[in-house]
Amino acid sequence: MTAAVTTPVQKAADAAPVHPERRLLQHRVGRRLLPLAAAAVVLVPLGLLLAGTGGWPAALTVDVSAPLDDANQWVIDNRDTHPLFLYFLLHLSNTATDAVDAVFRLLSGMGWLGVLAAVGVLGSRAAGLGRRGLKIAATALAAFGVCGLLGMWDATLLTLALMIVSVTCAALLGVLIGLAAGLSDRVDRALRPVLDTMQVLPAFAYLLPFVLIFGTGTPAALFCTVIYAAPPMARLTALGLRGADPAVLEASTSLGANAGQRLLTARLPLARKQMLLGLNQTIMMALSMVVIAALVGAGGLGEEVYSALSTVDVGKALAAGIPIVLLAVWLDRTTAAVGDRIGRSATGGGPLHGRVGWAVALGAVGAVVLAGTALGRSWPADWTVDFSTPVNQAQDWVTTHLTSGVPVLGGTDVWSENFTLWILNPLRDGLLWLPWWSLLLVVALLARLVGGWITALTATAAMAAIGVLGVWEKSLDTLSQVIAALVLTLFAGVLAGVLCGRAGRLERLLRPVLDAMQTMPQFVYLIPVVALFGVTRASAIIAAVVYALPAVVRITTQGMREVEPAAMEAARSLGASTRQQILQVQLPLARPALQLAVNQGVVLVLAVVVVGGLVGGGALGYDVVKGLSRGEMGLGMTAGVAIVCLGLVLDRITQPARRKPTP
Amino acid sequence: MDTTRTTRAHRITRTATAVVGALGVLTLSACGAADTGKSQNAGAQGKTVKLTVPSWVGAQANTAVAAHILEKELGYTVKSQQMGEVLAWDALSKGDIDAIMEDWGHPKEEKQYVETKKTVVKGGDLGVTGHIGWYVPKYFADAHPDVTDWKNLNKYAKDFRTAESGDKGELLEGSPDYVTNDDAIIKNLKLDLKTNYAGSEAAQITAIQKYAKEKKPFLTYWWTPQWLNAQVEMVEVKLPEYKEGCDAEPAKVACAYPHTPLQKFLNADFAKNGGEAAEFLKNFRWTTEQQNEVAQMIAGDKMSPEAAAKKWVDANESTWKAWLPK
Repeated sequence: MTAAVTTPVQKAADAAPVHPERRLLQHRVGRRLLPLAAAAVVLVPLGLLLAGTGGWPAALTVDVSAPLDDANQWVIDNRDTHPLFLYFLLHLSNTATDAVDAVFRLLSGMGWLGVLAAVGVLGSRAAGLGRRGLKIAATALAAFGVCGLLGMWDATLLTLALMIVSVTCAALLGVLIGLAAGLSDRVDRALRPVLDTMQVLPAFAYLLPFVLIFGTGTPAALFCTVIYAAPPMARLTALGLRGADPAVLEASTSLGANAGQRLLTARLPLARKQMLLGLNQTIMMALSMVVIAALVGAGGLGEEVYSALSTVDVGKALAAGIPIVLLAVWLDRTTAAVGDRIGRSATGGGPLHGRVGWAVALGAVGAVVLAGTALGRSWPADWTVDFSTPVNQAQDWVTTHLTSGVPVLGGTDVWSENFTLWILNPLRDGLLWLPWWSLLLVVALLARLVGGWITALTATAAMAAIGVLGVWEKSLDTLSQVIAALVLTLFAGVLAGVLCGRAGRLERLLRPVLDAMQTMPQFVYLIPVVALFGVTRASAIIAAVVYALPAVVRITTQGMREVEPAAMEAARSLGASTRQQILQVQLPLARPALQLAVNQGVVLVLAVVVVGGLVGGGALGYDVVKGLSRGEMGLGMTAGVAIVCLGLVLDRITQPARRKPTP
Repeated sequence: MDTTRTTRAHRITRTATAVVGALGVLTLSACGAADTGKSQNAGAQGKTVKLTVPSWVGAQANTAVAAHILEKELGYTVKSQQMGEVLAWDALSKGDIDAIMEDWGHPKEEKQYVETKKTVVKGGDLGVTGHIGWYVPKYFADAHPDVTDWKNLNKYAKDFRTAESGDKGELLEGSPDYVTNDDAIIKNLKLDLKTNYAGSEAAQITAIQKYAKEKKPFLTYWWTPQWLNAQVEMVEVKLPEYKEGCDAEPAKVACAYPHTPLQKFLNADFAKNGGEAAEFLKNFRWTTEQQNEVAQMIAGDKMSPEAAAKKWVDANESTWKAWLPK
C-alpha cells in the first residue's frame, strides 16, 4: 500500500510548478487540499459508519452485462432479416471484403517480381532520385525479399492488402475528424475523450460485437483497425490546422479568400507535415492490429503468428513476426522520406520529374510485371530459408541457462518469484485492503494536487465507475500490475533515454532494437517470456515493459536533445559535472517531454493488459480475452471499459499541465 | 510559388471531387439489399469448402487431413479460417464457414443454432473421445502414488505452491476458451488449491514443459487427446465419479468431467447442397490414435499441417477411402 501511494505523491509533487521557496509550494499544496481534507473529515466517519471497510459494496453496483448480452442476442437473431443490416451494415462489410480482395488480387496478380519492382520504384519516387532514393528503394527491396525468403510471401501480401485498405479508411476518417477538431475548439474538446477511448479501449473488447455485426474475417478486422488507427491522424491534423502561421492566414484573407479557399490553399497545405506524421503513426498502429485481426479470421501474417502459438513454435512465430517489423520499417522510412521532401520546394525538375516521372515509373513496373509472369507469380518455393529450428534451439538454450542456477544473480525464476512475492502481492493486497471510499479519496487527493477540480472530479468519477461496474477487485489487481509495470518502464526508459540523449552512437545502435520492440507483435515473445518467468503476473509485466519502453526512451532522448544549448553551455562554463548537468539542467528543462513520456507509458502499458491476460496476468485482461473467446459480450465489454477508466485515473493523476495533443 | 499553390489547390479540389464521387457510387449501390453471407475472407471462390482451423493441434490435424482429401481426391478448393470456438459457431450459422470438424461441446450454441434457428446441423461423431481432467506429471505420481486420488490432494498442496497461489497449491488452468468447473470443484470439495489462469494454451503448454524440464511437481487442468502427452507423461487425478447431470448447476459441481465423443457440425445449407464435400465430411471418422499421429507430426516434428496430412493420407489409404462419397 505504501508503495502505491508514495510513488504517485512524489511524482505529483515533483511535477507541481517549480518554486524557489519550498514553503510557498507547501502553502499552495496545503491550500489546494484544504477543502478535500475538510470533506474527508466529514466523509471518512460517514463512510465507516455506512459502508464499513473493504471492497466496493455490492449494493452500489449496476449489472451492465445482462443488457449487453441481450443486445448481443438481438443482433444474432435479426442480422439476416433486419433492414438496418440488409440495407446498410452488410453493404459496409461486403464493400470491405471486396476492397481487400481486389487489392490482394492486384498484388498477387503482379507476381513477386512485379511487387518488388513496384515497392522499389515507389521508394525512389518517395525519396526523390539520387542516393536517398536508392537507399529507400534498397530498404524496400530487402524488406520484401526477406519476407519471401522466410516463406511468408502470400501472407505478407494479404496483410499488406488489409493494411492498404484500412490505412486509407483510417486516414480519411482521421482527416475528417481532424478537420472538425482543428477548426472548432468546442468540437476539439468534445472529441478528445472519444479519441482517448478509441485508443485505450482494448480492441479485444469490441471485436466480438464487430464480428457479430459485420461477420468474421476481413470486415471485423478492418473496422477494428480503422477505429484503433484513426486517432493519431485526427490529432495531428487538428494540431497542424491549429498551428498554421497566422501571418499566412491573414495574407490569404487579405487576398480575398473565403473560409473554404483559405482552408484548401493555406491551412491544409501548411499542415501537411503534421498530417504526414499522423499518417505514419496511423500505419504503425494499424500494423500492431495484424495479430488481433487474425483472432477473427482475417488471415495473413497474424494468422501465421497465431497458429505458430498452438504448436509453441517460437521460430515460426518469429518468422511471421519479422515481416511485420519489416513492413513497419519500410513504411516508416518511406513516409519519413516523403516528409523530408515536403517544404523543400520542387527542385528544378529534370526529365524524371512530376508526371513524366510517374509515367516512367508505371511503365517500368508494368514491364517487370510482364517479364515476371514468365517466372511465375508466387514466390519460388525453393527460395525460402527455414530458420525456425535454430531459433527454437537458441530459445531452448537461453531459457535453460537463464531460468535458474545463474551464479550471484539467481536466474529469472528467482526474480519472478521474488518480484511477485515482495512487490506485486503487497501492492495488490494493500490496494484491496484499503476501504473503497478511502481509495476514492486518495485518487481525488492526488488528482487535485496535480490539476484543478475538474481533474479531481473526472478521476474520482472514473474510479467510482469501476466499482459501479462490479469489477472493483479485478481492477485493483490490474492496477497493481499496471503501477509496477509503469514504474519499471519509466525507470528503465528514462535511464536509457538519458544515456541515449548524451551518446548519439548508443542511440543509433539502439534504434533498430527499439523499432523491433515496438512493432514485433507481442504474441511472438509470449512463449519465451513464459518460458523464462512462468505463468505469473511477472510475465505479464515484462510483456508490458517491453512494449512501452521504446516510446519512453525515444521521447526522453528527444527531450534531452532539445534542451536549449545556451543553458547547457552556461552550466558547463560554471563547471557543472556531467551528473549535475543531467540532474540540474537537462532533466528539469526536459520536463514537458518527461510528462509526455509518462502519458505514453500509461497508454501503452494499458494497451498490453489484455496480452498480459494471455500469459497469466489474470484480472481484467483475462476477462476481456474470455469475453471474446466465449462470446460473452457483457463480460468483455465491462472489463474493457474498466481498463479505459483505469487509464483515465492514471492519466489525470500523472499529467499536471494542460495536456498537449499527442499522437 | 503562387502558381504551384494554385495548381495544388486544384489538385486537392479534384481529389475531393473524386472522393465524393466514389462515396456517391457507394451510397447508390447501397440502395438494394445486400447479399448476406458474403463477408468471408478475401480470396474464396468457385467450388470451395470453408473450414475453421481451431487453435489446438488435434483439431488442426482433422482439418488438414480433410482439406487434403477434399483438394486432392474431390477437386475442391479448401479455404480455412482461424478463429475462436464461439466465433466459429457464429460463422457456421451464417455460412461464413461450412463445417466444424471437432467440437468439444457447446450446449448453449447447440441449442441456439441447431434446435432454435436450425441453421446448423449435426455432422456425426468424429470418432475421437475427448476427456478433461486434473493431471500430475508421471515422475511425481511415481514417487507419490496416492496423489492420484483427490482425497489426498490437500496433503500435497504445499508441493504445488507457487508465487501466484500463495499458501495454497496451484492448479494451472489454460485458455479462456476451455470449459472448466475447477473453481467450483475446489470449493465444493474443500481443497486447499487455487486456480491460476494461464490465459492461452501456448502459455499453459510452455509452463508444463518448463516444469517437466526441471522435474518439478505440478497440478494442471489438462485433456486427451493432446500431442504434448507424447512428450510429457501425465497421470490423471481421480475426482469424484462423473454422473449424468452432476455438472448441471455450475456453482454446485463436485465431480469429474465426462468423456465426450467429439462432434462434427455442418452449416444447414451446406449439408443439403454441399454435394460430395458435405457427404465426405459427414463420413469422416477416425480414431484417437490416428489423430494423435498427425498431431504429433505437426507439433512434435514441427511439420506443416499440409505436409503432415499428406504423409498420413499417403500411408493410410484404406482408412480414408471409406470416407469418400459412393
